[in-house]
Amino acid sequence: MEGCKLLDFYPLGDAAVVIRVGSEINIANHRTVMALVSYLEDHPFPGMVECVPSFTTVTAFYDVMQITYDEVIAQFKGLEDQIVTGTDESSKTVEIPVCYGGEFGPDLEAVARHNHLTPDEVIAIHTGADYLVYMIGFAPGFPYIGGMSEKIATPRLPSPRLAIPPGTVGIAGAQTGVYPIETPGGWRLIGRTPLALFRPKEHPPTLLRAGDHVRFYAITEDEYQLMLEEFSRN
Amino acid sequence: MIRVLHSGMLTTIQDLGRFGFQKYGVIVSGAMDAFALKVANVLVGNRENTAALEMTLLGPSLLFEEDCLIAITGFGMTGMIDDRVVPTWRPVYVRAGSTLTFKSTTDGCRAYLAVEGGFRVPMVMNSASTYLKAAIGGYEGRALRQGDVLQMGDAVERPLIAKGTLSVMARESRFAYPNWSVSKDMLPRYQGNPVLRVIPGGQFEDFTEASRKVLLGERFEVSSRSDRMGYRLSGPSLELTEQVELISEAVTAGTVQVPSDGNPIILLADRQTIGGYPKIAQVIQADLPIIAQVRPGQRVGFELVTLDQAQRWLREQHQNINRLKASLKHLSER
Repeated sequence: MEGCKLLDFYPLGDAAVVIRVGSEINIANHRTVMALVSYLEDHPFPGMVECVPSFTTVTAFYDVMQITYDEVIAQFKGLEDQIVTGTDESSKTVEIPVCYGGEFGPDLEAVARHNHLTPDEVIAIHTGADYLVYMIGFAPGFPYIGGMSEKIATPRLPSPRLAIPPGTVGIAGAQTGVYPIETPGGWRLIGRTPLALFRPKEHPPTLLRAGDHVRFYAITEDEYQLMLEEFSRN
Repeated sequence: MIRVLHSGMLTTIQDLGRFGFQKYGVIVSGAMDAFALKVANVLVGNRENTAALEMTLLGPSLLFEEDCLIAITGFGMTGMIDDRVVPTWRPVYVRAGSTLTFKSTTDGCRAYLAVEGGFRVPMVMNSASTYLKAAIGGYEGRALRQGDVLQMGDAVERPLIAKGTLSVMARESRFAYPNWSVSKDMLPRYQGNPVLRVIPGGQFEDFTEASRKVLLGERFEVSSRSDRMGYRLSGPSLELTEQVELISEAVTAGTVQVPSDGNPIILLADRQTIGGYPKIAQVIQADLPIIAQVRPGQRVGFELVTLDQAQRWLREQHQNINRLKASLKHLSER
């Protein structure tokens, strides 16, 4: 546990302030971001609307009818001493079943070829790591995941697909992620999970949250179908 | 209830947006012109954040199957019942059996229709706003279609003054309205080719001096590939002093980001929560209603103001709405 360093503040327009805690993507900055978000949610300043964490910043949105920018900044005086950065031991690990290859992962072969591996080796590497969710964004529930092995890194498609089905697991460069809703996208698709990442009727409405750990494990197509039926019944 | 005879180009149910869920990647959505939506609601006695219709470029055709107090606001569409113009920015009592259609005008882009009691739709994450890509909120998560039936909610506040009188007046014709409307001085400066007030974005200083001059001196055309997510602008290209890899962080309505092709994009109601492009400027909140009313093909310019001024103008806009509420309350107590 140590006091955190808040590097600087700057406005995001006239109703939000960005608090920057560092300048690179790493676990220490991630932990500071998470500590800062949880502090602000437990001790909201007057007029605070919501906080949005990212890799190196926390953005606090506020209501201009209740507070000015200068008053918001004044609220942050002495904040560094009040926030302690803990470890992320308390966060949960989410296991995500994935049916790799076939029609669910049409780019699995290409990812293997690009890295001079067999498809099974790609699956072994993808399922062999512990991942950290740095933030959620781009689409509801879409995780920005860190920690994928460079051994299976593959560049994006030169031209994006128009519609990627929800649940599809992809690779872009050294990142991996799961599409929660149908969107266009240029990631290399290696498999699909029967789990719903976006759950608009639940609170919170997403399977994953910033700070969670993720592990992928391989399932067969039959298991995929069974799980899909089971999850859609619940 | 109201039956949709024609949907128009893009007619959705919106309120002021879905707040508190951006950390889960859930976008804010909400009315593009929040000022017009708030005033429409206030005019029929609703809370400002009540669900209303946002109509884009080509309006819908709506059959009223019951008497209804409505208000039409915004810029760019003229409501018509039986070849007579339904005036905007005031309450209008519409009799059952009337069909409301809309004619487009050459200026403006979006109109709002509020009904007393609001539209009855399920709340999703505390909001009635339609989020098309995730298919949630509003009317079954989608834009209205021919044949849809909209149910009205219960009136929540004191009925407007004029309602009784108006209903009597409307016996003579299909609709009736009072002889006053919201003062033009209260409205945002709606116009076709506006100059938008901006404050510097997080990476303003990272752009070349020439690019900063161009941004504040030239005009940009709003591309036809513009939508509720953002307005794409074309014109002189904007460049960074050096290409830097930016770490993605939160963006908001009005953020002017510049992708590597140098053409700025103004993010609007359906913006994503996180963005990775450099932010050259930020359209102030008070001018978001103005940009929301710009049509593709029109041109916009940018003028630099201070954050302090921006917050003052936004408060003035809120105070105008509060003044309107106070005068309506005064009328209702007379």
